[in-house]
Amino acid sequence: MRANPLTHVGEAALASPGRRRLLAGAAGLGGWVMLRPAAAADGDLAAAVAAYAGEATVRPGKVKLDIAQLVDNGNVVPLTVTVDSPMTASDHVKAIAVFNEKNPQREIAKFALGPRSGKASISTRIRLATTQKLVAVAQLSDGSFWSHTVDVIVTLAACIEGEA
Amino acid sequence: MARTLIHAPATAKRGEVIEIRATIAHPMETGYRSGDDGKVVPRNILRRFSCRYNGELVFSAELFPAVAANPYLAFHTLATESGTLALTWEGDGGFLQTENVSIAVTA
Repeated sequence: MRANPLTHVGEAALASPGRRRLLAGAAGLGGWVMLRPAAAADGDLAAAVAAYAGEATVRPGKVKLDIAQLVDNGNVVPLTVTVDSPMTASDHVKAIAVFNEKNPQREIAKFALGPRSGKASISTRIRLATTQKLVAVAQLSDGSFWSHTVDVIVTLAACIEGEA
Repeated sequence: MARTLIHAPATAKRGEVIEIRATIAHPMETGYRSGDDGKVVPRNILRRFSCRYNGELVFSAELFPAVAANPYLAFHTLATESGTLALTWEGDGGFLQTENVSIAVTA
């Protein structure tokens, strides 16, 4: 967040009673506008990851979530998830899931793999509503969960523009 | 029928790991946007993708509104035998489409 020095000057200048009523009204409207994204969010990122892993603990490592750190266009963001695994019948990746922090829904996509995959690497293109954290979680055949968290900066958000 | 674009090798050696890339034309309407009339545009997304290699499921994906329009998926599979890769997309409003790609596997 950037502090805007002009805001403070503006507040002092606008401190007459009539202006205050107007400001209170604007603040009320602001609150109403803010309600929608808050209501749309269903729980936070950690809760979504925990729900996905169930009883198991999610440890960082083994997974690599490859995505541009600075996203120019949130409507189409390529990402690749790679897991360090030999992908044999006894030791393979069973599932990969990608979660976000601030889109309306926490889930982005969930993938099911197996020994027939040969290589634990998947790619897709996603939408990002704003600057946020992303987490990729992988479930291995031994039941352990591994994750990788990245921060991305989004300059043009998905979701707010009209018809594409 | 939605247009699809599928990249898969036509031939492969047995045991080789091949990459399959698939795109399908679909708006993936999130259900969070409002249209010109101010009403929320109903959700219309593809929810599930699966790839069957001669009938055996080798890869599947669950998709959510955060997946971009015209969903692109790239994944890998082991070339085991000659046959068909059946790629299926399922979605809202009874959307169901299957595309077949044949692959020849040499010893």
